[in-house]
Amino acid sequence: MVKVRIRLKQRKPNRSLSGDITNIVILIFFGLFFALPLIYAVSNAFKPLDEIFLFPPRFFVRNPSLENFQDLFILMQQSWVPFSRYILNTVFITVVGTVGHVVVASMAAYVLAKHKFPGRSLFFSIVVASLMFSYHVTAIPSYLIMSFLKWIDTYYAIIIPQLAYSLGLFLMKQFMEQIPDSLLEAARIDGASEFRVFWQIAMPTVKPAWLTLVIFVFQNLWNTTGGTYIYSEELKTLPFALQQILAGGIARAGVAAAVALLMMTVPITLFIITQNNIIQTMTTSGIKE
Amino acid sequence: MAAVIIPNTKIPIKTRISYAWAEVKRNKVSYMFLAPYALIFTVFTVIPVLVSMGLSFTYFNILEPPKWIGFQNYINLLLDDEVFLIALKNTFLFAAITGPIGYFAALFFAWMINELPPKIRAIMVVIFYAPTISGQAYIIWNTLFSGDAYGYINSMLIRLGIIYEPIQWLTDPAYMRTAAIIVVLWMSLGTGFLSFIAGLQSIDNTLYESGYVDGIQNRWQELWYITLPSMKPQLLFGAVMSITSSFAIHEILVPLVGFPSTDYAAHTVVSHLVDYGNIRFEMGTASAIATLLFIAMVGTNRIVQRLLRKVGN
Repeated sequence: MVKVRIRLKQRKPNRSLSGDITNIVILIFFGLFFALPLIYAVSNAFKPLDEIFLFPPRFFVRNPSLENFQDLFILMQQSWVPFSRYILNTVFITVVGTVGHVVVASMAAYVLAKHKFPGRSLFFSIVVASLMFSYHVTAIPSYLIMSFLKWIDTYYAIIIPQLAYSLGLFLMKQFMEQIPDSLLEAARIDGASEFRVFWQIAMPTVKPAWLTLVIFVFQNLWNTTGGTYIYSEELKTLPFALQQILAGGIARAGVAAAVALLMMTVPITLFIITQNNIIQTMTTSGIKE
Repeated sequence: MAAVIIPNTKIPIKTRISYAWAEVKRNKVSYMFLAPYALIFTVFTVIPVLVSMGLSFTYFNILEPPKWIGFQNYINLLLDDEVFLIALKNTFLFAAITGPIGYFAALFFAWMINELPPKIRAIMVVIFYAPTISGQAYIIWNTLFSGDAYGYINSMLIRLGIIYEPIQWLTDPAYMRTAAIIVVLWMSLGTGFLSFIAGLQSIDNTLYESGYVDGIQNRWQELWYITLPSMKPQLLFGAVMSITSSFAIHEILVPLVGFPSTDYAAHTVVSHLVDYGNIRFEMGTASAIATLLFIAMVGTNRIVQRLLRKVGN
């Protein structure tokens, strides 16, 4: 595969300079507007307690301190179950759920987009329609099903439904449709099994799609409290444990700011890594027809 | 089109089953790929949704077994419940404003960001997605919109001499919806935006190169004749996502304008649903609301899909 380097300094032939400048000005203006919560979250986490309750409130921190983080670590050590256990639980749920979902949803999306068989368009419409039903009212039937399966207080209750998250199938199917049939046909003629065609041809072609999906599922699972289904203390997740710490209320406002920042850093780091990867996929052309 | 009805009775049922079975066997591989997803999806999504739709025809308070009451829940909602009608009006208002604006903003920003050099592009994507990924951070809007003279927006407007006394942005029914719409729009560059970014990255560069040769003169022509038609699947995906989120606004409103909001001025259908389901424990009514909302969304989706088919023509 030949790496195609895009020359940055040479503008595309049909772009005007004034248009490029307008573009950058607009993006900087709105960028500041959208970056607000990040700046605020970082600034807040380093505010000592008296600054958090300062009236009138201030956006930026004046005397940054690590007080909030120290308090948080002291509280973590007082936890009944070792805190590392909560972290491990959340990491386990997140990794297994994310990988599992991407594989299960992509397999289904692949045949829905690229095979012709009876029932496929009906199935796909049901999946899309299911996105439009409020989850608030399905909570009770779902709980009954879990209890019928004896999955209460196990991770099955959290991970398994996540594997068939409707959004993932929809997203993957939309991207799989764009794969040229000739690419898949060529691999089949070479004698590749259908699974190999899916795994070694289709999946690498839609890398931007599943990298995006990883972010969505990761974010969901990372913030899962598991509150409804998990009762055993040693099975509880990190967000749940942190919620318990924050139940201390207003006195823990500083710790809450530190927690908010720490919880954010993991998805954001992953997000930066995947975005970089998505953009690299584009510059290595050759897989496309 | 003349409908030709072939009487089914002529084909023995055994033959029909064996035909169907042969068809399944022929597509064995396809069904095997679909099976894990289909099984989990059926058990944990289809069944709960069907059960809820069934419950919408009952009186169900969670403690006692559901009692069949026919269409009574629907009749009560549409004819007797004034708050529901307010909620319906607000939901359509929110959806009609935040849906299209959010969708086009997501598309527009994704497209503009895509023009930037790769390194900067990755950073800009992170910044524009930040409101979605930073969890509860939208409560900073409470500080901005705070009703006293120290709230950022009030203090700025007073200093500029535009207003003389602070405005109760989040409790005055006259301003509440506007404030809510601004925050919702700010949060709305989520799922659709990222799929547009990924879609733009998937477009074959040679299409653009042949576009230059064919005389595409500016970025707008390129957008309409090459970029948008090449990312139709993502446009459809983004549209469904905007519909589902703009019709289901509720969570974001609670810390902002309270629940319920003053005079129900920002009460939405989902707020009403949560009120019935989680506070009054009237699951039958809550399910009826969910079903009505579902019908509204499916209908809107149909119209939008039809419009999107016209892109690039």
